[in-house]
Amino acid sequence: MTMTATAPHEHHEAAGFFRTYLYSTDHKMIAKQYLLLGLIMAVVGGFLSYAMRWQLAWPDTEVPGFGFVGPETFNVLVTNHGTIMVFFVAMPILLGSFGNFLIPLMIGARDMAFPRLNALSFWLLALGSTVLCVSFFVPGGAAPAGWTGYPPLSAKAEYTGVNWGLNLWLLAHAIEFAAFLLGGVNFLTTVVTMRAPGMTMGRLPLVIWQQVAAATLFLLSVGPLIAGAVMLLMDRLVGTGFFIPERGGEPLLWQHLFWFFGHPEVYVVLLPALGAALEVYPVFSRKPVFGYRWIIWATICAGALSFIVWAHHMFVSGMDPRLAMPFSITTILISVPFALTVFAMVASLYRGSISFELPMLWGLGFLAMFTTGGLTGIFLGSAPADIYLNSTYFVVAHFHYTLISAVIFGGYAGIYYWFPKMFGRMLGTRLGQLHFWSTLVFFNLTFFPLHWIGIAGMVRRIANPLQYEMVAPHQWINVFSTLSLLGLVASQLVFFLNFFLSQFRGRPAPANPWNATTLEWTAPSPPPHGNWGASMPAVERWPYEYSAPGADRDWVGQRAPTVEALLRGEGRA
Amino acid sequence: MTPAVLEAPPERRPALRQPAGPGLPPPPTGGGDESGRGPAGPRPLFDNVKLGMLFFISGEIMFFGGLVSAFLVLRVAAPVWPPPLQPRLPLGVTSVNTLVLLASSVAMVAALRALARGDRPGLVRRLVVTAGLGALFLLVQGYEWTRLVHFGLTLSSGVYGATFYTLIGAHAAHVLGALVWLAVTVALAARGRFADGRTGPLRACAIYWHFVVALWPILYVAVYLA
Repeated sequence: MTMTATAPHEHHEAAGFFRTYLYSTDHKMIAKQYLLLGLIMAVVGGFLSYAMRWQLAWPDTEVPGFGFVGPETFNVLVTNHGTIMVFFVAMPILLGSFGNFLIPLMIGARDMAFPRLNALSFWLLALGSTVLCVSFFVPGGAAPAGWTGYPPLSAKAEYTGVNWGLNLWLLAHAIEFAAFLLGGVNFLTTVVTMRAPGMTMGRLPLVIWQQVAAATLFLLSVGPLIAGAVMLLMDRLVGTGFFIPERGGEPLLWQHLFWFFGHPEVYVVLLPALGAALEVYPVFSRKPVFGYRWIIWATICAGALSFIVWAHHMFVSGMDPRLAMPFSITTILISVPFALTVFAMVASLYRGSISFELPMLWGLGFLAMFTTGGLTGIFLGSAPADIYLNSTYFVVAHFHYTLISAVIFGGYAGIYYWFPKMFGRMLGTRLGQLHFWSTLVFFNLTFFPLHWIGIAGMVRRIANPLQYEMVAPHQWINVFSTLSLLGLVASQLVFFLNFFLSQFRGRPAPANPWNATTLEWTAPSPPPHGNWGASMPAVERWPYEYSAPGADRDWVGQRAPTVEALLRGEGRA
Repeated sequence: MTPAVLEAPPERRPALRQPAGPGLPPPPTGGGDESGRGPAGPRPLFDNVKLGMLFFISGEIMFFGGLVSAFLVLRVAAPVWPPPLQPRLPLGVTSVNTLVLLASSVAMVAALRALARGDRPGLVRRLVVTAGLGALFLLVQGYEWTRLVHFGLTLSSGVYGATFYTLIGAHAAHVLGALVWLAVTVALAARGRFADGRTGPLRACAIYWHFVVALWPILYVAVYLA
């Protein structure tokens, strides 16, 4: 199914509203749908975190705009904030939106391999999001068992007092998994079979490699969790006892199934963000990526290792303690490929002509924040330290540094970088600067102090820290963190303002505003249905031809013919 | 690593062999494959349909892998298996039933051969045989289930019943789904749908059918025999 350079241009008629915006099979429209859905769910998830932090700073007071929280509602907030942010914000934006938008455009295809399946994936995700939102309004309220849903708490309605809320929560997961499973099949098939002539695997941009790795990890890790979700739902609905000890079941089994998925899932979210940053660095330092092949192999190694580290989430779960040592070793081992990638990133910047455009600011923010989060991961990966720190706010701070660096910093790097291609307008610079600097400052003010209160002994998922004598003296940290969170939320409003204003008032974007080499910038901004009009790009070079010796400008696009190609009579002069 | 190593870009190979003259494009500077490679790469080993199904099935295999490992964990933890006072599983009938299901896969292979010959009535006939054998398998399974329930083996009678019905039921649900898909495919084939060479949906259905068939012997050994 490889397309040839002379493939006839498929004619696309102007479609009505329904076919353009709702039942669209165009990968770029589906990418926008994912982005919008992710942003809407981010507002929901952000609102929950606001109510949660308010309760922690000023326990049992009325939260403005939300109401009284109290312990039961607090559990609901904790659970659904985590679920929404990981499964309904990070994955739709980083995987759904970026993957759909970039894969065909960067490999030189007119669309995904299975366009209708692509639309189905999105609408399944929309259905899953709806089910999750509906679960807030059923009798008994939404799921309160933590985003990890550990049984026995989650296995019987009597334990939480929540019946349908938790069932719908499980159902929403199942639908979401099906959506991304189909999406992953589509991504992988597209990258294998739909590449433009000359686009070998060794010429793929790194972000596509990272998307492929993420899709593979998801595809291979989600099955056991779907199995677990089916069993948990059956425990709740039809009286089986897989996870209920008094019926002969094994609660730890759920934790194994959950984290077998859960750790690869962390990289499912991280890798696309890493890829976005890796695309941004060479463009804004005018210098090839350092260690292209090393980064690819590091990603593959990290992906493979991520399947054998899961029990580091379970050091204090009561599992066989002999397992702690091997899983500590694999966990610390997995920091090697990521350290290699981070060093390659730094080397990619070294002595480049760095220009601090908005995407680059976010890219650099990603590097700094992700490294900070990665370093605390080493504490948690070794069992002795983890036994003390487990389930404290140190862990909360750790995974917010890693996940927010990926989703917010990496995600915004990608959004600011590809916004001109996606919407045909440039994002406003002043609001963008305000957005970046305020986010960077308030993010650190919100989450860095949580390390300290975690070390001081404040554990996760407690509704009222003042009830604990050892935490109460440190309550100022909670207040400080909550006040900073208000600033962090306000900075995101700046982004939303910029996002919508720039749609209408932004400077029209040229085809290649950043002087970048990859294929998506050879299509018009925004690209039409089918992406490239009559001629398909044929690829002659790798994607990072910056400051090449002998060139008359500091970048050479992937389509620029080589001498060899000209001698063969191929390629366009 | 000393800064000097980073500082000077290494002599990047073909650049020196073929320096760019005035007006000539610069040589390529990097990448993961050799330069000078022709623009038309080798054709991929699999087409979209086959590849998409293989990826999907790898996800399915992990799903059953999760169920089987859950079964094994619970089984190893149980002091006696099968638990005392619980009915035994019907080995004989199910082994015959296994042959029925395997035969359906043979019929599917024959159907694809008929398709390759362009023999449309033969294709439809063999697809119907495949579906019939699949349906027979499900009916026998269903009959055995009603007997087991009658003997007191239910979902809530303990992990023995729960794992049995969940694991075997998950497979039965897959056979049922494949059967519905196959029924649609038969109807399309009867109306001459795949005569024009666009056989993707039919081949996808066949691959999935072989998958649900190939899964069964593994489950049979794990649950009934071992």
